Amino acid sequence: MTTPVRWTRAQSLRHALQVMAAEPSVIPIAGGTDLMVLLALGGLHEGHLLDLWPLGELRGISAAPHETVIGALTTYRELATHPAVAERHPALVQAARLSGAWAIQNRGTLGGNLGNASPAADSSPALLAYGARLELVSVRGARWVDYADFHLGYKRTARAGDELIARIALAVPPVPATHFYRKVGARKAQAISKVCLAGLAPLRDGRLGEVRLALGAVAPTVVLARQTAAYLSGRRPMEIDRLATRALLEGEIAPIDDIRSSAWYRRRVAGHLLGQFLDAIQQG
Amino acid sequence: MIGLDLTINGRSVRARVAPLTRLLDFLREHQGLAGTKEGCGEGECGACTVLVDGLPVVSCLAPMGQLDGATVTTIEGLTAAGPGLDRVQEALLDEGGTQCGICTPGIVMVAHALLAANPRPTLDEIRNALAGNICRCTGYTAIYEAVYRAAGRAR
Amino acid sequence: MTTIGAPLRRKEGLDKVTGRAVYLDDMTRPGQLWGRTVRADVPGGQLERIDFAPGPPWDEIVVVTARDIPGRNVVPLVADDQPCLVARDIRHREEPVVLLAHADRQVLARAVAAVRLVVAPAPAVLSLDAATDVLSELTLERGDLAAGLARADLVVDGTYETGAQEHLYIEPQAMLAEIGEDGALTVWGSLQCPYYVRPAVAAVLGLPEDRVRVIQTTTGGGFGGKEEYPSMIACHAALLAATARRPVKLVYERGEDMRATTKRHPSRTRHRVGVSRDGRLLALETEFVLDGGAYLTLSPVVLSRGVIHAPGPYRWPSLRIRGRVMRTSYPPHGAFRGFGAPQAIFALEVHLDRVARALGLDPVELRRRNLLRPGDLMATGQPVEPGVDPLAVLDRALDASGFAARRAACDASNAGASAVKRGVGLATFFHGAGFTGAGESKLASEAALRLGADGRVEILVSSVEIGQGAATTHAQIVSEALGVPYEAVTVAVVDTAVVPNSGPTVASRTVMVVGGLLAQAAHEMVDRLRAQAGLPRPHTPADFVVAARAYTHAHGPLVTRARYRTPTGWRWDERTLTGEAYAAYAWACYVAEVAVDTRTGEAEVTDFVAVQDVGRVVNPVTARGQVHGGVCQGIGFALYEDVVWQDGGMANGRMTNYIVPTSADTPPIAVVFCEGEASSSKGLGELPMDGSAPAVVNALNAALGTEIARIPALPERVLQALPA
Repeated sequence: MTTPVRWTRAQSLRHALQVMAAEPSVIPIAGGTDLMVLLALGGLHEGHLLDLWPLGELRGISAAPHETVIGALTTYRELATHPAVAERHPALVQAARLSGAWAIQNRGTLGGNLGNASPAADSSPALLAYGARLELVSVRGARWVDYADFHLGYKRTARAGDELIARIALAVPPVPATHFYRKVGARKAQAISKVCLAGLAPLRDGRLGEVRLALGAVAPTVVLARQTAAYLSGRRPMEIDRLATRALLEGEIAPIDDIRSSAWYRRRVAGHLLGQFLDAIQQG
Repeated sequence: MIGLDLTINGRSVRARVAPLTRLLDFLREHQGLAGTKEGCGEGECGACTVLVDGLPVVSCLAPMGQLDGATVTTIEGLTAAGPGLDRVQEALLDEGGTQCGICTPGIVMVAHALLAANPRPTLDEIRNALAGNICRCTGYTAIYEAVYRAAGRAR
Repeated sequence: MTTIGAPLRRKEGLDKVTGRAVYLDDMTRPGQLWGRTVRADVPGGQLERIDFAPGPPWDEIVVVTARDIPGRNVVPLVADDQPCLVARDIRHREEPVVLLAHADRQVLARAVAAVRLVVAPAPAVLSLDAATDVLSELTLERGDLAAGLARADLVVDGTYETGAQEHLYIEPQAMLAEIGEDGALTVWGSLQCPYYVRPAVAAVLGLPEDRVRVIQTTTGGGFGGKEEYPSMIACHAALLAATARRPVKLVYERGEDMRATTKRHPSRTRHRVGVSRDGRLLALETEFVLDGGAYLTLSPVVLSRGVIHAPGPYRWPSLRIRGRVMRTSYPPHGAFRGFGAPQAIFALEVHLDRVARALGLDPVELRRRNLLRPGDLMATGQPVEPGVDPLAVLDRALDASGFAARRAACDASNAGASAVKRGVGLATFFHGAGFTGAGESKLASEAALRLGADGRVEILVSSVEIGQGAATTHAQIVSEALGVPYEAVTVAVVDTAVVPNSGPTVASRTVMVVGGLLAQAAHEMVDRLRAQAGLPRPHTPADFVVAARAYTHAHGPLVTRARYRTPTGWRWDERTLTGEAYAAYAWACYVAEVAVDTRTGEAEVTDFVAVQDVGRVVNPVTARGQVHGGVCQGIGFALYEDVVWQDGGMANGRMTNYIVPTSADTPPIAVVFCEGEASSSKGLGELPMDGSAPAVVNALNAALGTEIARIPALPERVLQALPA
């Protein structure tokens, strides 16, 4: 089907950034798994699409000693099957495996998914738990932002109109640490999250280090549960007050009723998933 | 309109199309390859799955603008490749893995790609690989048993 | 020649696995336009005016409204109450109002958006509680209910609800209509009932029926969803084609198909069961209510099947089942595999587990003590046919599933600390095959065979292949009856210009009724060849070819026919629902095992065993396939498939949001047929839809100690049923 949408194929990253600078309302398209659905549903009537798919500069995963850097055009399939990512960031691999079916994972990209900014995106809680940073580039230069500061509101992000998400960097977590990821969807495969929770809890000298805990589909954006994490950080695993932790978490989320689930369910299951994370911590 | 070159079922094709044309429509309407089916138009049912550079892709979500230089294989390409049927197709016939048939081309393509990547998959690996292909007739049992059998395994 | 019972490859299988099968959307006619439908988009009101906003090239666009209908503005069915296009009254959101056609789908999409309906809104009825208009009602009574309840040691009440279920055939609804220079119409389509479509199109176009020809294209699933609604779409395509004088193709987009076409009737069943201390069922008082939606459509027929199946395969000394269909402002609910029986059987089988718990009796034992036995009378007064034994089916299922060991293993596992609980549940049930009561007599179906000079025989029936294996099983029946190879039997394209009316492809009647007629026509053919072409007795396939050549050389082509005749001695009272309700019943016992995560309410079916007596199995592969598919739809009905209604419309009408099981959610399903010495086949297609959901929910309740009584048992509902 044809529509009055304009299309520019990026020749290089530099070219892409020039197009973005000249026309900040341009819509970047990566694997198309979100935008093409929008098109099918009649939600994309006009505009200018910038095709990033050819940009080799934005592909690939590099595993440096202290950091994993993921090109924005890395597909879910590439993430799900990358040995270094599996070893360092197992929660992200689990998220990638649960992001749509195989044929979607071959086209869907990490950067595209972040740009789309769905509050139910599967990989976002894992990225928050790993303290990801995003590199945003434009003709004005490059800047790194904490992913935790990226989502400003429902489908609103810190990306300026002329910027592209170029890379996603994850610090290699301390060892040992508990990595946790659990998505609750409507069925085992190919389902949008009702609730999703990811957590990272390093252990040092019998105490938890800096714990990070994030949830999806329980607020207008993915959320980092900072207070809950702060409570856990520094504590001995067996001294965690579960009720207090859960109460803190309840204060940090704002789930709603929609066609996929209810606020009641999301709140209650978020509490249970937290319990599973604590189980995992206590079982080491 | 943009110009692009791609390979479809081993044949070089030069196309001038609107870049947002879905690969699905290009195959069905421009190339006369109607074996690829549309079930939902939003990447959920998997009926339109084809192989792009060897990997399964839902053709309803693949814009032609991104396929310059790509190698596309459809169900017609599988059977054109040799004198007989693909082993997955044979096994589907024997096990009863096709009923109404509308999801079958997509399933054949995914199973073909799975066996290329993983010649001896477990039943769970088959079930997960096919989880993006909704079949409303067979209850899946005969499909994954067919793929299992095509992989040279017997239950 | 023993073809029956052989696992032969399906007739059209090669075309399907190679992608060569031609579905409607794969067809293009010269000069073809695309059609689209503008719908009311409000749940109730009066249409006052239709405005066509400027923008689209209206002079190029074919427009049809109710005023342009040359014949009657109706989609004929049980009662002619549903219009083809809204003239004034709007009774549900998805009612078609305006039809548009154009060669370019982009232009057409803009035109659809530019049609403005001016409507004076009227109140809508959006719940069963608010519904007051009874579309249809029926009562089935037997024995003295009051005495039965009075005699009971225990009376157990329960209310059960099932939601709407979307068919979600993977090929959306699709029709193509073309008008010839002589004004005759041809309609191609994805459909189950060509002889429903033909009179409908004739009525709406004001044509005699013989001027309308209906041809089935390869049909990508039906499940009842392509029983009645295709008539509506065919009428629309035909109206556009007749107005445009060009072929018009109408293919529903997935969302439109999900929102606008029929779904399974939502139901609410109240049961009151009286039982003795030792577990003998004494009385059943039932109120069975269906949401019919805005028009009558097939609801009275769905209701009668539901009411007849409501008592299940048990001995009830007394019972009263009162069934009602209520009118609401939802799109009409319609035929869906099982046709009222799955709702009724779900309620009874889940309630029996509740009765067993109340008695402190094993649910298996409760069933064992009350199952019908050969010679017993069912609630309709029909005796259980000799040669079947529901108890033997139960025992076979207990054995095949290792029920006792499995239940012990679940109990042991649940005694541990795991948050995942396991349970095993079963359902025993029956399904009446073919049309209810006098339905087959009224239809008087016909089937025919045509012999070619080369000895090949062509099947001429209006039963369509929709994936269930109709073409294959019919060919096997004919091959066996004629003593010729399977390969020598072909199946004609279903085209009303060619095939007789052998009735609709519904009600699990295709093998039993139409297959039976084909066997008769085959015997007639053999007799003719023996008498007139020297076919020896017995004969080889080669003898048959020689005789065919001789016959056709001397007499021309040979066509033999058979027409349905009501067996002598049959009686049926459709008012009291007494007498011979069905020609035969299939009997089954299904066992499901589930695992439920008590932290999230997520339930998964981990194993499934389906045991049934469907008489003689014509093709074990296609028969097993029917059970696999029905069980999977039943698992969906039980756990996943939820239609979310908002303001009279389906709010989750996308495949992203209407959840059906994937391969990862469906365990391998074990299928056992108890054939015994059976010489004939009974219906099979709908049976597996009936017992799967109650088996799953009984397993769920066993795992959790809950009383879940409403499906789908979504994680939200499961969690709500658990203590906090």
